[in-house]
Amino acid sequence: MRILLVEDDPTVRSFVLKGLKEAGHNVDQADNGKDGLYLAIGEKYDIIILDRMLPGGIDGLNILETLRGQKNNTPVLLLSALSDVDDRVDGLRAGGDDYVTKPFAFSELLARVEALGRRGHNESAPETSLTVGDLTLDLLSREVRRDGQKIDLQPREFRLLEFLVRHAGQVVTRTMLLEKVWDYHFDPQTNVIDVHVSRLRQKVDKPFETAIIHTVRNAGYILRPTQD
Amino acid sequence: MAEERTPLYRRLSRRHLFRLPLLHSRNGKRRWPIRSAGINFALGYGVLFLISATLFLSFIWWSSTNLLNDHVRAFIETDAQELRHRWGHGGAPALSEAINDRLEQNIDDDALYLLIDRHGRRMAGNLPGWPVAVKKMNHFYELTIRRYTFTTPAQFKAYTLPHGFKLIVGHDIRGRTLLSTVITRTLIWCAVMISLLAVGGALVVRDLFRRMVGSIARTASAVANGDLNHRIALTGSETDLVAETVNTMLDRINRLMEGVRQVSNAIAHDLRTPITRARNQLEEAFFSATSPDELRTAVDRAIGDLDHITGIFEALLRIAQIEAGARRSAFTTVNLNQLLSNMAELYEASAEDAGLSLALDVTPLPSLFGDERMLQQALANLLDNAIKFSPPNSMLTLSAHPVMAGTAPGSGAEKKPQGLEISVRDQGPGMNDADILRAHERFFRAESARNTPGSGLGLSLVQAVTSLHHGRLTLTQANPGLKVTLFLPLLPEAERTGRSTTPAETTP
Repeated sequence: MRILLVEDDPTVRSFVLKGLKEAGHNVDQADNGKDGLYLAIGEKYDIIILDRMLPGGIDGLNILETLRGQKNNTPVLLLSALSDVDDRVDGLRAGGDDYVTKPFAFSELLARVEALGRRGHNESAPETSLTVGDLTLDLLSREVRRDGQKIDLQPREFRLLEFLVRHAGQVVTRTMLLEKVWDYHFDPQTNVIDVHVSRLRQKVDKPFETAIIHTVRNAGYILRPTQD
Repeated sequence: MAEERTPLYRRLSRRHLFRLPLLHSRNGKRRWPIRSAGINFALGYGVLFLISATLFLSFIWWSSTNLLNDHVRAFIETDAQELRHRWGHGGAPALSEAINDRLEQNIDDDALYLLIDRHGRRMAGNLPGWPVAVKKMNHFYELTIRRYTFTTPAQFKAYTLPHGFKLIVGHDIRGRTLLSTVITRTLIWCAVMISLLAVGGALVVRDLFRRMVGSIARTASAVANGDLNHRIALTGSETDLVAETVNTMLDRINRLMEGVRQVSNAIAHDLRTPITRARNQLEEAFFSATSPDELRTAVDRAIGDLDHITGIFEALLRIAQIEAGARRSAFTTVNLNQLLSNMAELYEASAEDAGLSLALDVTPLPSLFGDERMLQQALANLLDNAIKFSPPNSMLTLSAHPVMAGTAPGSGAEKKPQGLEISVRDQGPGMNDADILRAHERFFRAESARNTPGSGLGLSLVQAVTSLHHGRLTLTQANPGLKVTLFLPLLPEAERTGRSTTPAETTP
C-alpha cells in the first residue's frame, strides 16, 4: 500500500517508517503540517497516518479537515498523545477513520493501518455471505458452515468471527476486537478477549483437522485460510 | 443651571480620574469618560435632583406669576370700571380729580394712570405720555416702562371715553420681578447644595462600593498569592451573590489543586517503582547479557513494564479528568439493562475460564442520565477485581436493582425509584475494615493483594465515576468475600441540565 506518514518526532517517524517498509508498504513522509498537507493533497495514497500535534501552524486535524473539505476520502489514521475520550471523539468527528494513542505498540498500529487500507478497497456492493477457504458465513441467516458442516455460534461469537473473516490474512489486535466487536473503549485488566477467541476456536477449529485462527505473539490474532 | 453642572463634573473627574478628555472607543463612538461607579452614581443622583428642583421651582414660578397677573388684571378692570362711572357723573374734571385722589392715596406707588383728550394732551395721571406700543383699545399689554430712574414691567389696558378722551389704567408689576429674583436665587442655592451633596454622596458611595468590593478583592489577591483557604465573608448585602459564586469557585479550585497534589504525590511514590524496575532490567541486560536471546527477554520485560507504567498514567489522568468534572459533557441517557447484560456476557467467559461462575441478579432498571463509557469502565474494573481475587470454583454475583425512595432496595414497584444499585459480590478473601476504609485511595493495595498484578487504581476510578454521577460507592464484608455496591441516584429531569458540578459526598 502507498502510505503517507506525517509525524514530527524523528524517532517515532523513523520507527514507524522502518516498520511499515518491512511490512512491504511504500511510505512517503513529512515532518510538518505544511509538507504533509501538500503531499496529502497532491498525491494519491491508500492511507494517511497523521500525528495530531504538528509544528508550523497546521496540525493533524487541520490537514484532515482540509482533505475532507475537498471530498478526499483517503482513510486517515490519527496518531496522538492526547488519549482523552473527547480528543478521540473530536478526531473521529473531523473525519478520521481510526485513532491510536501514544505510546503504542507497532503491531497495533500496523494491524490498524492494514485494516483501514483493506476497507478502502472493498467498498463494493453489500455482501450477503463471506467465504474464506472452507469457511462460509451467511450474513442474512447468520449461519456458519465449515467444510459443509454447520457450526452453531452465539450472536457475539458470530460477530467476532465475522470481524476476523473480514480481516482474513491480517493481524487484528485485542484492542481492535474490543472496540469493533464489543464497542468498548477501555483497557480490561483480565484476558477477556483471549477467552472469547478461545471459545470461538473450540467451535471453529477444534472439530476440524486444521486451525484457521492463529495467535500472533505480542500482537493479536489472524484468520488464515487453510492452504489446500 | 446647565452651566452649573459642567464645572462640577469637570472638577470631580479631574480630581478622581487622571485622563479626562472624552475617550474614543474602538468604533469611534464617544464614551462616557468616568469609570468610577460611585462618582457616576452620585453624578446621576445630582443631575436628577437638579432637574427635579428646577421643574418644581418652575412650576411655582409659573403658578405665582399667573396668580399675580390675574390679580393685577382684575384690579385694573374694576378700577377702570369705577373711573368710567365717574366720567358718567362729572365728565373729564371729575375723572381727573378721581385719578389724582387715587395717586395720592397710593402708598405702594404701583398704580399707573393716564387720561388724554382728543388732541392727545395729558389731562391727569402719572404716566409721562401715551406708550407707543398701546394701539388697540380694551386689550391688555405687558410693557417695560421707564419710571423716574428705573425701568419696570407693567400691565396696561386702554379705554376710549366719549368726546375722544382716552384712559389708560395700569399697574406696576415689579413685585413679580422680586419673586423671580427670589426663585432664581433659591434655584442657584439649590444647585450649590445639591452639588455639594453629590460630591459628598459620591465619596460616600464610592467608599461603600470599595468596601463591598474590597472583601472580594482581598480574598482574590490572597488566593492569587497562594493562600487557597481564604474565603469571602458573607455580609448579607447584595455582593453576597458574587461572594458565594467566588467561594464556590475557590472550593472547586481547591479540590482541583488537591487532585493535582495527590496525583503528583502518587507519581512520585508509585511510578518510580516500575520505572526503576524497567531501568534496572535494561541496565542489567546491557552489562551482563551474553546471548541475543537473553537481551531480547530483558527488553521484552522492560517493554511490559513500560506498558504497565503507561496504564498507570492513563488511569491517573482519567481519574483526574473525571474528578475535574469535565467529563459530564458526555452524559446521555444510558440503557443500563443492556449495558449490564453486555458486560456480563463479556466477562462471563473470563469467569468461566478462571473456574468461576458468574450469576446475574438483575431487576429491570430505569434508564440513567450518565456517561456510558465511564460506567462501562467502572463496571469492568469491579468485575476484573472480583475475578482476580476469587478462589477457584466460587461464585460471582452481579446484581442490580432500582432503589425506591424511603424503602429498602428492591421493594415497592409502584413508587418512582430514586436511584439504583449495582453490586458485584465475590467469595474471595474479602477485606478487613481498615482496608475497606482506605480502598478507594489511589494506589492503595491491601496487604493480601500485594502479589497479584494491578496498580491500585481500579477502585479509585470507580470512586471517581461514582462521584461524577453523584453516587455512592460502598464496600461491605460479604463473609466470605467482598461486596462492592454502586448507588447511582436518578436525577430529576430539571437537574440534569443546569446542575452544578459539585461532586456529591461519597463514602468509601
